Amino acid sequence: MADARDGAGLDVRPTACRVATAGSLSSGKISIRNVSKVYDPDGVNVKALDDCSLEIGAGEFCVVVGPSGCGKTTLLNAIAGFHSISSGEIYLDDQLLCSEKKIAEPGADRIVVFQNGALFPWSTVLDNVISGPVVQGKMTPKEAKSAAMELLCRFGLSGISHNYPGQISSGMRRRVEIARAMMNDPKVLLLDEPFRAMDALTKSVIHKYLLDVFDLSGKTIFFITHDLEEAIFLGDRVVVSTTRPGRIKKIINVDIPRPRDFRVLSSEQYRELKVEAIGAVHEEALKAFEAGERELA
Amino acid sequence: MQPGVIKRNKPEMVDAQISSVGLVFYRTKLWFASPKPYLMVTGLLFFVATWYLLTEYLKVPRFEKLPGPAIVLKEWLSRDPIYGTSIYTPEYYVHIWKSFFRVLQAFVLATCLGVPLGLFMGWKKTFKDYTFPILETLRPIPMLAWVPLAILMWPGRELAIIYLTFLAAFFATTLNTLLGVESIDEVYFRAARCLGFKPRHIFFRVVVPGALPFIFTGLQISMGVAWFSLVAGEMLAGEYGLGYLIWNSFILVQYPVIVIAMITLGFIGWASSAAIRFVGSLLMKWKVREVV
Amino acid sequence: MVTQKNTLSGWISLRKARKAVLSKTTYRGITAIIIFFICWEVSSRLNFPVVGQIPPPSSVFSAMRKIIGSPDFWGSWLVSFKRVFAGFIVAQIIGIPLGLLMGINRVFRDLTFPAIEILRPIPPLAWVPAAVIFWPTAEMSITFVTFLGAFFTVVLNIIGGAKSIDVRYIRAAHSLGSRRRDIFLRIVLPATLPSMFVGMAVGMGITWEVVVAAEMIASRSGLGFLTWQAYVAGNYPVIVIGMISIGIAGFLSSTLLRVIGRRVTPWLKVI
Repeated sequence: MADARDGAGLDVRPTACRVATAGSLSSGKISIRNVSKVYDPDGVNVKALDDCSLEIGAGEFCVVVGPSGCGKTTLLNAIAGFHSISSGEIYLDDQLLCSEKKIAEPGADRIVVFQNGALFPWSTVLDNVISGPVVQGKMTPKEAKSAAMELLCRFGLSGISHNYPGQISSGMRRRVEIARAMMNDPKVLLLDEPFRAMDALTKSVIHKYLLDVFDLSGKTIFFITHDLEEAIFLGDRVVVSTTRPGRIKKIINVDIPRPRDFRVLSSEQYRELKVEAIGAVHEEALKAFEAGERELA
Repeated sequence: MQPGVIKRNKPEMVDAQISSVGLVFYRTKLWFASPKPYLMVTGLLFFVATWYLLTEYLKVPRFEKLPGPAIVLKEWLSRDPIYGTSIYTPEYYVHIWKSFFRVLQAFVLATCLGVPLGLFMGWKKTFKDYTFPILETLRPIPMLAWVPLAILMWPGRELAIIYLTFLAAFFATTLNTLLGVESIDEVYFRAARCLGFKPRHIFFRVVVPGALPFIFTGLQISMGVAWFSLVAGEMLAGEYGLGYLIWNSFILVQYPVIVIAMITLGFIGWASSAAIRFVGSLLMKWKVREVV
Repeated sequence: MVTQKNTLSGWISLRKARKAVLSKTTYRGITAIIIFFICWEVSSRLNFPVVGQIPPPSSVFSAMRKIIGSPDFWGSWLVSFKRVFAGFIVAQIIGIPLGLLMGINRVFRDLTFPAIEILRPIPPLAWVPAAVIFWPTAEMSITFVTFLGAFFTVVLNIIGGAKSIDVRYIRAAHSLGSRRRDIFLRIVLPATLPSMFVGMAVGMGITWEVVVAAEMIASRSGLGFLTWQAYVAGNYPVIVIGMISIGIAGFLSSTLLRVIGRRVTPWLKVI
């Protein structure tokens, strides 16, 4: 694993974009201020988010953990521009992204990697990866192709560039999806439980991969999960959310030095953080579980 | 670990390509080693033998009236057919061509109108709100109930038959295309917007390819119902064509010709949907799952 | 607790229903249909080419008022319904056991499948002359052709359903000690029911098509004949009435099937 990083020199930005970002490495700051969200399906108000405030610094790996249905995804969707919020504001680099009156416009500066993946199954890996810059008119297809091939090479994916997503493994698909996101040189990567359905072994490989991408690109990452170990292993900060309505219960700073690898998992520091986090999460999980029981009864 | 993965990728793909040719060969061999093909041939022979025994050999009452396989085959392959229709008479091909051309016209028209209409209905909710109720009102009426009205509407029988065939194909194509667009997972639209797709990009890069599997299912159904309606149209109002040939041979008591025309119809109908399947599989290579 | 929950969910569903009825989609739909009727009337009045030949809704309505009291009209309904159900039921009686047998017994499937595949692409109506030659009465030949329309769909759908049964269910049954008969009754039969009903619904549609056409071609009664007769006699508004009647009749039969299907497969119900 170690020699992979040294040998391959995993620089994840395509050369065309690297110049552009060199000066703006500090971009990608997200400010979430007093955000609430109330759903109104069939006249029954459901409060998904309640007065959430969170500052995510540029180049930070921020992980939100919470029980199912706690409004994590609602927050992510608001940043991405898929949903409105009921009150509060969200800023990206001090520019208003969304508020009560304004839904954010989805765009290539905030790219989402979805829970079950959203590679277009009808396009090859290469066509998927180049689609962003090409439709935005940033690159000609030819330029995009050579940049994409370079990127795929660095990602160790060049062998499958002409395969369709249906022909490659789920771990590979997720890697391609991250590559597709990086191709656009986004300010923020939004990951919505991207490794949920994966087996532990695949997950460990792809965790390492994501960490490499993060270490070398310096992008802000907003990561949602309900897997605590994953959260501590990956994140700079772990935000524990309460059960519905989602509020911020606790913020845990993970000061394990980077670059991290699997050895972190057996360290004393990791264990202590995990104990601290489990206490907070377990309480909420119990509440969510009981609420779920009640709803079913 | 990672370089290992990288190195293994390429040879693996090459392997897959080589083995896909080998795989076909291997599967064919397996197929012939299994009892399946022999059972199928036995079943077919049994079917033809029963037909022959009932109609020509034992001459069971009622069955004796039907033309048997021997008579049909003799007529079909005869250079000098008793009833005037065999593979050597140009008339036979005129009938086939007329029917085929009618279906082709109707099918092309239905596809050119139905696919864009369905795509647009699936894409723009407002447009669907206005058009879908009209389609749904007209749809329960069986296509063949349109026959008298079609004859009334169109000058000339040719147009009436094509219209009838078109109508059947059109509904199947439009509704399946609509279904296809609606079956596309919302997540692809979201991903597309994330990547900065503009509406026209979404249409051509998400809506069209995403609906393609359903469109082709629709086209296959449409081809089936097109032949179905064509036969009815030709029987009631045709001057040429296989449906007309069947009906005319019935009136002129040329029974073997009926069977010839029926088998021809079945074959052409089958071949035309096979052709659509083939085009579909060419256009949707991504649907092909992992080789092994 | 339970009753409270029920009243609450009842209230929600009521709100939902009202929302659905009063939604924009409904208004747009009604607008579209009204515009459709107006266009139809106008094009007919102004004698447009092609579409103008269709009798206008106004004359259809006045013709309908006259015909709705006549027993002959309702007699045609009855005759067509009888024919559809005769052919349809025979197709089920023969098709369901055959399909199940083909689904569970591979040897039997391999033997019979080619013959079915050869006969299937022949449009049912192409059988009309052969049926008239073979069967002693016209009624029987119509029933036979109707039967063919539904038969292939039912058989193929059952085979598809039986083939797609998850092996795990059968293994689970084996490990619970089921015998062949139990597996058939408790797994194969219920698992094929949904696709059986899909096949029936499609078959019902084809059945109406076939009956209408057969009545036009080779009969002197029924809704198809009524429509054709109206054309021959030049009584054009009745053509449209015939078409509408056939549409409603077909819709009623498929609704009936859907209701039965839902009753028989309660586990498919989505709440």
